[in-house]
Amino acid sequence: MRTRQAIALLALVGFFVALYLWLHQIGVGGELKCGTGGCDTVQASPWAQQLGIPVAFYGVVGYAAILAVALVGLQPAWLERRGPILLIAALATGGVLFSAWLTYLELFVIHAICRWCVTSAVIMAAIWLVSLAGLRTPVPRTDP
Amino acid sequence: MKRFYLMLGALTLALGAMLVYLLKTNPSAPRAANQAPAAVVDDGFRGYTLGSDSAPVEVTEYGDFECPACAGFAVIQMPTIKEQLIVPGKVRWRYRDYPLPMHPYSRLAAHAAQCAGEQGKFWEMHDQLFMNHSWAQTGKNPTGLFRDLARAIGLDLARYGACMESGRYAARIEFSREEGEQRLVNGTPTFYINGKMYTGRNNSDAFKAAIDSAAAALRR
Repeated sequence: MRTRQAIALLALVGFFVALYLWLHQIGVGGELKCGTGGCDTVQASPWAQQLGIPVAFYGVVGYAAILAVALVGLQPAWLERRGPILLIAALATGGVLFSAWLTYLELFVIHAICRWCVTSAVIMAAIWLVSLAGLRTPVPRTDP
Repeated sequence: MKRFYLMLGALTLALGAMLVYLLKTNPSAPRAANQAPAAVVDDGFRGYTLGSDSAPVEVTEYGDFECPACAGFAVIQMPTIKEQLIVPGKVRWRYRDYPLPMHPYSRLAAHAAQCAGEQGKFWEMHDQLFMNHSWAQTGKNPTGLFRDLARAIGLDLARYGACMESGRYAARIEFSREEGEQRLVNGTPTFYINGKMYTGRNNSDAFKAAIDSAAAALRR
């Protein structure tokens, strides 16, 4: 249960990070708050869109999906099933691979680092690790 | 479990409030740098040049940093022109600003290039603005991106920021535009070869032929 709660909280933070980047990409607000980073360089690069969709939108959908699955997994009917944690682990694996590819592009192709993107990558990696820990934990059984 | 949902609710509210704050406190483009000044003063500046002062031929380009055709020319043709004509000393290239009224951020970009020029890096910024031209297609405020570009070429960011805020080159940019208007520039990029408007094709081969021809005319 604690695993799913931790994942829900992490996914909520990740959702807002991705939402901020996505809103910026579709023109809501102006300059990204980025400190000394290169957020605008990354956001203005050709890789900021994949298949015609802003990359951050994939993050919004991904985190929303993980949050929804984690919340469903916390319902009494699902608490003892492994399905939700398996699905979260699968989604987080995809998220981690996608984040790793984006980080590679930032470092070696775009040559600029977006702090918000790194924050998202770290959150996704944390969700992935917690979900792996959840997979190793035996599901508690309550006998009737 | 109740405590968890309370925590989730509180976190949602806090993050939502932070998001609204981040979106609302975004600065707009420095106004002084992005608009035509009330008064235009000739400061004697006639554009940054590339190439030898003793080159027999001079090309003056009237360009707009937000114009896609100018970006295409700078990215595709200019490297060859530099290699074949500018570096060997056959031509000197002069860049003049001609911000078009339909482009919301072309004055801002021109100002960013002037602020880079103040630190001896006009051409580096010129190249960055054209090579990363997707900013011109999004319609979004590129202030942050220009700052990133300034950082990428090694500008002193404090000086760059102060320069942009002051809008000190807005009059110079407008003077250049008015000069172009007087010379009948009717679009960007427009070129003059030794003072005569060039009406040929905008590719390196055509430029080479025109510049060779201009040099030959001087020898006759």
